[in-house]
Amino acid sequence: MSRIGVFICHCGENISRTVDVERVAAQIGKLPGVAFSTDYKYMCSDPGQNLLKKAIQEQKLSHVVVAACSPRMHEKTFRKAVEAAGLNPFLCEMANIREHCSWVHENKEEATVKAIEIVGMMVERVKKNRVLPSITVPITKRSLVIGGGIAGIQAALDIADCGHEVILVEREPSIGGHMAQLSETFPTLDCSQCIMTPKMVDVANHPKIKLYTYSEIELVEGYIGNFQVTIKKRARSVDEDKCTGCGVCMTKCPQKKIPNKFDMNIGMRTAIYVPFPQAVPNTPVIDRDNCTKFKTGKCGVCQKVCGPGAVDFEQEDQLIVEAVGAIVVATGFDLYSIAEKPKGSPIKGYGEFGHGKIPDVIDGMTFERLASASGPTGGKILRPSDGKEPKQIVFIQCIGSRAREKGISYCSKVCCMYTAKHTMLYHHKVHDGQAYVFFMDARTPGKSYDEFWRRSIEEEEAVYIRGMVSRLYQKGDKIVVMGSDIAVGVQVEIEADMVVLATAIQPQKGADSLAQKLGISYDKYHFYSEAHAKLRPVECATAGIYLAGACQGPKDIPETVSQASAAAAKVMTLFSKDQLEREPIVARVREAGCVGCFACKKVCAYGAVEEKEIRDRQGNLIKVVAYVNPGVCGGCGTCQATCPSKSVELDGYTDEQIVAMIEAL
Amino acid sequence: MHAEKPKHDFEPKIIAFVCTWCTYAGADLAGTSRMQYPSNVRVLKFPCTGRIDPVFILKAFQQGADGVLVSGCHPGDCHYIAGNFHARRRFAAFRKLLEFIGVDLNRLQFSWVSAAEGGKWVEVVTDLTEKVRAMGPMTEFKELALEEQWSGKIDTPELKEAYNQI
Ligand SMILES: Cc1cc2nc3c(=O)[nH]c(=O)nc-3n(C[C@H](O)[C@H](O)[C@H](O)COP(=O)(O)OP(=O)(O)OC[C@H]3O[C@@H](n4cnc5c(N)ncnc54)[C@H](O)[C@@H]3O)c2cc1C
Ligand code: SF4
Ligand code: SF4
Repeated sequence: MSRIGVFICHCGENISRTVDVERVAAQIGKLPGVAFSTDYKYMCSDPGQNLLKKAIQEQKLSHVVVAACSPRMHEKTFRKAVEAAGLNPFLCEMANIREHCSWVHENKEEATVKAIEIVGMMVERVKKNRVLPSITVPITKRSLVIGGGIAGIQAALDIADCGHEVILVEREPSIGGHMAQLSETFPTLDCSQCIMTPKMVDVANHPKIKLYTYSEIELVEGYIGNFQVTIKKRARSVDEDKCTGCGVCMTKCPQKKIPNKFDMNIGMRTAIYVPFPQAVPNTPVIDRDNCTKFKTGKCGVCQKVCGPGAVDFEQEDQLIVEAVGAIVVATGFDLYSIAEKPKGSPIKGYGEFGHGKIPDVIDGMTFERLASASGPTGGKILRPSDGKEPKQIVFIQCIGSRAREKGISYCSKVCCMYTAKHTMLYHHKVHDGQAYVFFMDARTPGKSYDEFWRRSIEEEEAVYIRGMVSRLYQKGDKIVVMGSDIAVGVQVEIEADMVVLATAIQPQKGADSLAQKLGISYDKYHFYSEAHAKLRPVECATAGIYLAGACQGPKDIPETVSQASAAAAKVMTLFSKDQLEREPIVARVREAGCVGCFACKKVCAYGAVEEKEIRDRQGNLIKVVAYVNPGVCGGCGTCQATCPSKSVELDGYTDEQIVAMIEAL
Repeated sequence: MHAEKPKHDFEPKIIAFVCTWCTYAGADLAGTSRMQYPSNVRVLKFPCTGRIDPVFILKAFQQGADGVLVSGCHPGDCHYIAGNFHARRRFAAFRKLLEFIGVDLNRLQFSWVSAAEGGKWVEVVTDLTEKVRAMGPMTEFKELALEEQWSGKIDTPELKEAYNQI
């Protein structure tokens, strides 16, 4: 027989004003199984909790019901108190007689009757509560960071500096991401390479960071604290251990006219190449699609000239399995190609403004490469078509962004600022040139941002025209830009030498397939979704996976770095314990009843249900049953309501408990 | 005796099956905002509407409930990713079943109430209470101990139609 203790709280007068608490306590005291029933002014106060603890010990209570406010408010408080008095915390339930009763009813009689019923229901429920031991999961204190842009680099360094091993996986031959491509950065105009390369070198030299470049994630298995990740390391055709990075191979390679993606295809590279001189690692890769040896079987010059004998045409893709406890996703962004609808993208192509057709209509990142001292023009602003210096340049903002009809309704956030930066860089380099900017409105929140934007107008003489461009066409070697100035209400027409489009920021190609491997969710644009927009901005709903940088939404560098450090802090929090403790509200399978239909597996959004083989002593397979991994189970109970043989049960919400409540009515 | 009383004298028993994260929190908000509604409803909290077995609804009617409310997070807002979608599918089929065995579907209501919708909670509870009060006590079901399992796929046009109505 259970010895239930019931404690009715007055909540000052919040409850007792409309509920006759003494009557409730007296009535409930008569229920079978209730050994102790009392009321008290403030149950959550120290004396209230002490009253509870004392009663548990003196009255030898087996279960507890606290009738007070919402369990969402104080369930933790009372369960803790109960635990301190030596009872399992899950033998304590709360009856909500404040939010669901005294506050929403005025008639004291009605409210009192309702309160008695609510408490009675919880008394019946608690009788069926079972002792739930806390669940602990071991933690592998190594982490995986996917993407080696500034976000991934920052997160990796922060975690590694705390002494934990980091596996950093980057798809391209070098880490660095988009920041490595930038010339100068707003709002301070410091050179991007100068602040980026030292961090890249830190990554390369860090004893706790294991770097896989030219690699991708193939498969992710496991759960928080215990992931198994299969990494596909693509064949570089150069042995990383032997290569000294001397670069002789690149000077001798006969294929010299391959557009370099890093330079937005303005500069050229060889078939054996590093994407840029400061690349980390400094080991070249052979682009097999463009290598003469791979295409015709002849050549092999690089192999002949390589002193240490590092070139290896036979190298194959490798699959490597790493065990990690946490994953930071930092796969960044891509620029919206407005030329056509990118393959597999949910976003329509822009197909306007001659991008991809008129050579001197370029995007913002191409302008960065032109302005970069280490870029293909050595930092001179020159037209891609004829190498002339443009004297009239037009910048057009919001290309693709904030254009619902083009499929993107969001603001790309960084374009207002980088366009202002571009007008400054242009003015510094082409003193007799004139920059025009077509814009909808300037969005410059951020420390020193608005001042920076104003400077582009007030000191650097950029002409800002509020309005959109309606038409743009080539005329001789000029580009005619027609638009309206809605501030003054006139049509404007500019004969420009070059046009720069601030195209929308969108997630990396393949963001969706990576998300499916990781089991994380993404929005309709394929930006990854955080667990809570305000309160859990760097965590995924999937436990143990964190987000950093532009893969979660458009971001500038300061924001990216902050988020990366925040994600690293979350990983450190997880790693600060040897075992992860979680609420034991998880599903469990009764193997005897399970018929192995796996209806539960189909409905489980967490992928918590596994198949388990039951064998006899001789090792013969008897049957295959479901097994719920307690580390992964989210605790929703969908499996239980689905199971046709009633063989899976959610602890804390068993059929017995629910039916006891219904029957109490 | 009961039948002779005028309808408005009848106090129906309403049982609400709600999820913790959205509707329970919405009902809490109605409380913190001191909104007022009829005292007929008894709330049973679940982690997710996905946990709610249709058998519970039958059980409630059997135990004397005159109306049953099932409420959870709006589609897409599920704390457990997709539990409410499974619930929606399940209840769509279950409603058809209830209709088939002759239960007036006005006694069983499904709704989505978010943690921010204290007002909507009050509305839903008040409406259902008034509706069921007007219908009078539920008698046809009390004796029925239906422990049958529901399972199946939504593939007939009728089920699809029912699904779309929720
Ligand atoms: C034209 C332009 C100018 C800008 N100027 C400035 C400025 O002046 N100041 C400023 O603060 N911000 C600026 N920004 C914004 C800045 O570029 C971003 O904030 C920053 O680059 C975001 O860093 P990230 O690491 O999140 O993403 P990224 O830099 O995109 O890095 C992501 C990395 O992940 C890798 N990756 C992607 N998918 C995978 C995969 N599946 N597996 C493995 N690796 C993967 C990519 O190869 C890449 O290396 C500018 C942006 C643009 C477009
Ligand atoms: S592959 Fe050989 S030649 Fe090329 S950089 Fe490395 S060491 Fe030098
Ligand atoms: S309770 Fe939910 S999360 Fe856990 S196994 Fe069942 S369906 Fe999956």
